[in-house]
Amino acid sequence: MSDGDCDKCEELLQAYLDRDLTAREVAIAEGHLDGCDYCRRRYRFEAQLRRYIRISASERMPAGLRAKLAELRGPAAET
Amino acid sequence: MSESGAAEPEEAAAAADAARRLASEARERVHFEEEALELADQVYRVARRMVGTREEAEELVQDTYARAFRGWRSFTPGTNMRAWLLRILTNLNTDRGRKVQRTPDLQPLEESDYYLANRVAAVEGEQALEQEQVVERLSQGGVVNALAELPHDFRDVVVLVDLGEFSYAESAQILDIPIGTVMSRLHRGRRILKKILAEESLT
Repeated sequence: MSDGDCDKCEELLQAYLDRDLTAREVAIAEGHLDGCDYCRRRYRFEAQLRRYIRISASERMPAGLRAKLAELRGPAAET
Repeated sequence: MSESGAAEPEEAAAAADAARRLASEARERVHFEEEALELADQVYRVARRMVGTREEAEELVQDTYARAFRGWRSFTPGTNMRAWLLRILTNLNTDRGRKVQRTPDLQPLEESDYYLANRVAAVEGEQALEQEQVVERLSQGGVVNALAELPHDFRDVVVLVDLGEFSYAESAQILDIPIGTVMSRLHRGRRILKKILAEESLT
């Protein structure tokens, strides 16, 4: 596998994981990944990294904020 | 005011009609408010990473909901309310940013997309990339700090797409920028993020 193919595969990485490639580009990326451990490991790493970033940077709403927000509502509706 | 017997039922009907309309609008508003409150946790998670402290995030979310509840009529039912709320929030955050004196954002150099994986492989060996827990060695604090270090234009897009799980199109709408700008900021922002993570975790 030539370095040029790995460069192309690296270029497609982000859009591939964002599912933003054309069918033709997906075929190029997957065709290369099938035979290239180097790129396959890096795609896998990137997918795990994204998941990890999402989980570790995600912080629950503090207790009590929901009640404060509810107080901002308009007057109660008459039934 | 009318003394003719015919007008009174008409007036009564008009009044009843108005009352019905008011009641129906109040029900719509309550429905809107409940739907918005259901989204509060998701809105907060995005807000929290766009500002520096928990207090600022709480304040920003409260200002967002205050404005949303006042302006609920401008929301089109059936469209994406989470994106609508985030649009308000990012606008408020931008206004707020203009008020505080800010240091100009540095634009860190970015590396290639494989950069962080290559650094991990260089430090721990190529086989480390195969391990399930490899990313967890980049500590949780590392990710949060790295996001905070991103220049805010890049950070907003990365937070919306990677944390908020908004599409490119939705993020473009929320930030009121072209979709091509979303994509370039996202790609560059992720690369800068990986460079910061590599510097913080692999030295």
